[in-house]
Amino acid sequence: MTIEIARHWRLKSQRYGLVGEECPVCGGKIFPPRDVCPHCAEEAGPAYQFSGKGEVYSHTTIFNAPEGFEDQVPYTVALVKLEEGPMITAQLTDVDTDDVEIGMPVEMVTRKLSQQGDEGLIVYGYKFRPQLATAA
Amino acid sequence: MRDVSIIGIGQTPVGEHWDTGLRQLAYHALRDAMIDAGVERVDALYVGNMLSGEISAQAHLGALIADFAGMRGIEAVKIEAACASGAAAVRQGLIGVASGMQDVVAVVGVEKMTDNIGSKVTAGLAEAADADYETVHGISFVGLNALVMRRYMYEYGLKHEDFAAFSVNAHANGAKNPNAMFRSPITEKTFLNAGMVADPISLFDASPMCDGAAAVILCPTELAKQFTDNSVRIAASTIATDSVAIHDRKNPIWLQAAEDSARQAYKLSGYKPEDMDFFELHDAFTIMSALSLEACGFAEPGQGTRLAKEGEITLGGKIPISTMGGLKSRGHPVGATGVYQIVESVLQLRGDAGENQIPNARVGMAQNIGGSGATIVTHILERNE
Repeated sequence: MTIEIARHWRLKSQRYGLVGEECPVCGGKIFPPRDVCPHCAEEAGPAYQFSGKGEVYSHTTIFNAPEGFEDQVPYTVALVKLEEGPMITAQLTDVDTDDVEIGMPVEMVTRKLSQQGDEGLIVYGYKFRPQLATAA
Repeated sequence: MRDVSIIGIGQTPVGEHWDTGLRQLAYHALRDAMIDAGVERVDALYVGNMLSGEISAQAHLGALIADFAGMRGIEAVKIEAACASGAAAVRQGLIGVASGMQDVVAVVGVEKMTDNIGSKVTAGLAEAADADYETVHGISFVGLNALVMRRYMYEYGLKHEDFAAFSVNAHANGAKNPNAMFRSPITEKTFLNAGMVADPISLFDASPMCDGAAAVILCPTELAKQFTDNSVRIAASTIATDSVAIHDRKNPIWLQAAEDSARQAYKLSGYKPEDMDFFELHDAFTIMSALSLEACGFAEPGQGTRLAKEGEITLGGKIPISTMGGLKSRGHPVGATGVYQIVESVLQLRGDAGENQIPNARVGMAQNIGGSGATIVTHILERNE
């Protein structure tokens, strides 16, 4: 069992809130946050709250899982293109694997990502589900 | 800067070496390379390896292998760049010789993958990806390549069977390489019937986990004649990088670092893609073969699989790839792979490739990819006349 609570704790605003940055120089929206803007190489700027809406750019179903994810098999991981521009990697949830397709609109939810044994750390974070129809 | 040549090569068979440890594997390849070059001692040793810490609980390979090989005292370090560790180590060796700081240098790539269970090795390989933003979501290394492959198929309207020719070619060549892990040819039917690992990547799109070690001996080209008459010149050695995470790339279905490192290598060597007699590319997955051919100027974007289907990647084709089986059939002992590619290129250029010999091969390219394309090392090699 590894002691890695701080490693996950320090990422809480992006994991739970999808908080990234907006570059004060070029205006680019950045997720995940970094110290230097990947678009213009200037120091990256203030926090920016992403809407959590996007679409599936690509997806795969994992049958041979890395250590710690064996009990979730099979599960679907996607590249999600956020409506503000950046792309992120995340699991899809609340959807049948066979129903997933490229271009499908999805939205962020907070779920359990992994659990390290019965007494170990539980890691929470963003997953994406098909966008629910908005109430009229 | 001094011009650098390869004067000796060595390799172990690739496979599951249950009775041989990491240090022995490295030593065997190193010993064979030193005998081949006719040298008894080297000025420095560079070790290419990715996972010794994770799999065998062993770091500090430079000193360990130098000592085990009877060269206690020499300068020795390990170079790590995920799956590109091997070729990155060769480039470090080249820098040592080119700079004039070292005259005769040994490089050994070694990986011992069978000392741990599958899920542990899978997790180790995933360390090539972004731990905080990719791996935490349970994506495996195969899964990352699957994300790229699915989008590529979508963009260009391709089916899984369109990738079969890469796997068939690799196995046809590996069948005739005594050091290859898989020595049986396969048919397109075998490819299509294989089980899924991470949809759309099946078992026959993917290279195997295995053990192996390969080594080269480098020296200044002006001294090469003292050792051997069949030395091979390193005409170019380049490394380019891209974002570690696929989701941070400008275009996830384009290997920008492959394009960048190849372009620089062409410029340095004066050669063009059409001058290459072969291309040892990094076919860890069939999708990587297609993307490599495109990024390095052998096929237009989206046309990599067509080149394969038309037979142009076979030994008799326009640009033979995976001539000794590639990662798919020879095997992919991760940190050793880049050195295997260079050892096999030297065999081709010396005319020692046996049944897989490309007639009169004079110049070739080897390209080693770290992660899903974040570190890409390109070498162009030519026969010293």
